[in-house]
Amino acid sequence: MYAQLVETGAAEASEKDREFQEKIDRGVRIEANDWMPEGYRKTLIRQISQHAHSEIVGQLPEGNWITRAPSLQRKAILLAKVQDEAGHGLYLYCAAETLGISRDEMTAQLLSGKAKYSSIFNYPTLTWADIGAVGWLVDGAAIMNQVPLQRCSYGPYSRAMIRVCKEESFHQRQGFDIMRQLCQGTDDQKAMAQDALDRWWWPSLMMFGPSDKDSVHSEQSTKWGIKQNTNDELRQKFVDQTVPQAGWLGLTVPDPDLAWNEEKGGHDFGEPDWSEFHEVLRGNGPCNRDRLAARNKAWDDGAWYRDGLTAHAEKRRNMVAEGAA
Amino acid sequence: MSKEWPLWEIFIRGQHGLSHRHVGSLHAPDAEMALRNARDVYTRRNEGMSIWVVESNKITAFDPDMAEQNFAAPKSKVYRHPSFFEIPDEVGAM
Amino acid sequence: MDPLVTFCLRMGDTTLILGQQTAAWCGHAPVLEEDIAFANMGLDLIGQTQLWYEIAAQAEGQGRTPDDLAFFRTERQFLNAQLVERPNVDFAHALMRQYLFDAWHLPIQEALCESGHQAIRELAQKSVKEVRYHIDRSRDLIVRLGDGSEESHAMMQGALDALWPYAADLMAIDAVEQALVGIGMLPPLDRVACAFEAETAVTLDRATLAIPGNGHARTGGRTGIHTETMGYILAEMQQIPRSFPDARW
Repeated sequence: MYAQLVETGAAEASEKDREFQEKIDRGVRIEANDWMPEGYRKTLIRQISQHAHSEIVGQLPEGNWITRAPSLQRKAILLAKVQDEAGHGLYLYCAAETLGISRDEMTAQLLSGKAKYSSIFNYPTLTWADIGAVGWLVDGAAIMNQVPLQRCSYGPYSRAMIRVCKEESFHQRQGFDIMRQLCQGTDDQKAMAQDALDRWWWPSLMMFGPSDKDSVHSEQSTKWGIKQNTNDELRQKFVDQTVPQAGWLGLTVPDPDLAWNEEKGGHDFGEPDWSEFHEVLRGNGPCNRDRLAARNKAWDDGAWYRDGLTAHAEKRRNMVAEGAA
Repeated sequence: MSKEWPLWEIFIRGQHGLSHRHVGSLHAPDAEMALRNARDVYTRRNEGMSIWVVESNKITAFDPDMAEQNFAAPKSKVYRHPSFFEIPDEVGAM
Repeated sequence: MDPLVTFCLRMGDTTLILGQQTAAWCGHAPVLEEDIAFANMGLDLIGQTQLWYEIAAQAEGQGRTPDDLAFFRTERQFLNAQLVERPNVDFAHALMRQYLFDAWHLPIQEALCESGHQAIRELAQKSVKEVRYHIDRSRDLIVRLGDGSEESHAMMQGALDALWPYAADLMAIDAVEQALVGIGMLPPLDRVACAFEAETAVTLDRATLAIPGNGHARTGGRTGIHTETMGYILAEMQQIPRSFPDARW
């Protein structure tokens, strides 16, 4: 997951706006039918739906390996995990629906390419080790983004995030467990694990979004209690948490500038290639087209199923109505 | 675009003796399928033993803007709470 | 081969290949709720596979693990019914394949609850609860989509026409089962086919679907004769363990 490049729009401060801000400052949760500034509603719809889209598109790179998982247990775990992502997408779409947009509308935005989702899912999963790396790094970064969102000012979003975080806790561990098995395995397996870390490290760092100095929308979102930490804070936390884990695994983080900085009590690390980030965001990542094509195909191919069930439910309702008449 | 399935609110009883509690929502063409979907979506981790579903638009709620007038009155009835009354320690449990 | 091993492989291979085919839908189903529900069935099937392979491996006594059985046997050594290897042409095929499988799976699991073999009996008593839910769900969807829109009716009829000839392979019984019945390890299995016929007759009628005429039943899976799709399923499923035979995952 994550929310990138969300536009907030400047709100003029009316009396109602001031009351609203005061509520947020007091830590009162905003609920679906409460009055809210249009900017707040729009920002949330955009952020929650982007988050939901990310879960749904996020099924694809990992789902890619369910049929090839190398043991029965890994197959079951991966299937359960990718299934959870569908669940998370569902909870989030429902949270966004409380703001007055339908799931079909959001789906249409995703399928047309208008809506954004996390860029990370536009990278390919090329070997089994990628499933380990995605769980360990991508879910690790996602959790770091999501934990603070449990305290988000909007009630339905915060409650959905509580459920997501609770379920997500096994995702990162299963990824790390795959990596551990590989790193304790044959030379081929170790090489596979290192290769996956090499390819997923920088895209994972980019998941936190652009550097604070280039991030345009943070301030208003922070004021509204939608965003709790800055991108750079979370990125730093992620690096500090992950680097020792890589060391434990015996893997090398692919960053020549990485070094412990005693003074700040954290790691110094290199700058991700932001031009690549923006290219992927613009639709030019390795898998953007494949991902959207897969979602479009699932949606189009499923129309007969959705409509057929609607038709049958209507028949039943009519039968009940006739029976009552 | 064809018609979207209606939204349902899902309530789950987690354990014997507890009330059903709202856990979230989902889409389904009718109540029966909403139940089945709820089983698959909301009890994957053994969270429930009973499920209720209610079509979202069948729920009636107070206007939140009226919260003050609706919920202000009891605030002054402090005597309804046991802590209002002082019972000397020597009287014992009550 | 010990008939007990053969029988357990026939069961476990069938749940594995169907689980594999079901799992492939994760992320591609027609609606999110269905994506989650279908994956739940896949998880149950993979879990049941592990139990069957454990019994098979133990009875075989050659130190093979369930994973060895899944990933290091070849097409002719797989003993699943042909029905479950039929391809994921569309979601109607996936649902119909699941339903026909369930219509056999429930009565056979119910019968196995009375098996004279303790581990099989315990497996069946655990699985039968899952299987009851599966068929409730599959049956409901078959009826709804068969008797849904014109298009959904046509999709389901098309899937039934394509898959019905493979149903007989589920029920195929030979000397293996007869030997196990003879020593009291299995209860008589004739009632499984009767239950399948009764179930499908009622449900497909409610679904306004027509059972295609008989006469070209496809069988052979139980003796390792498969359709052309089978090799591809195994190639995909077994690729990693076979590429790195010394590795553990």
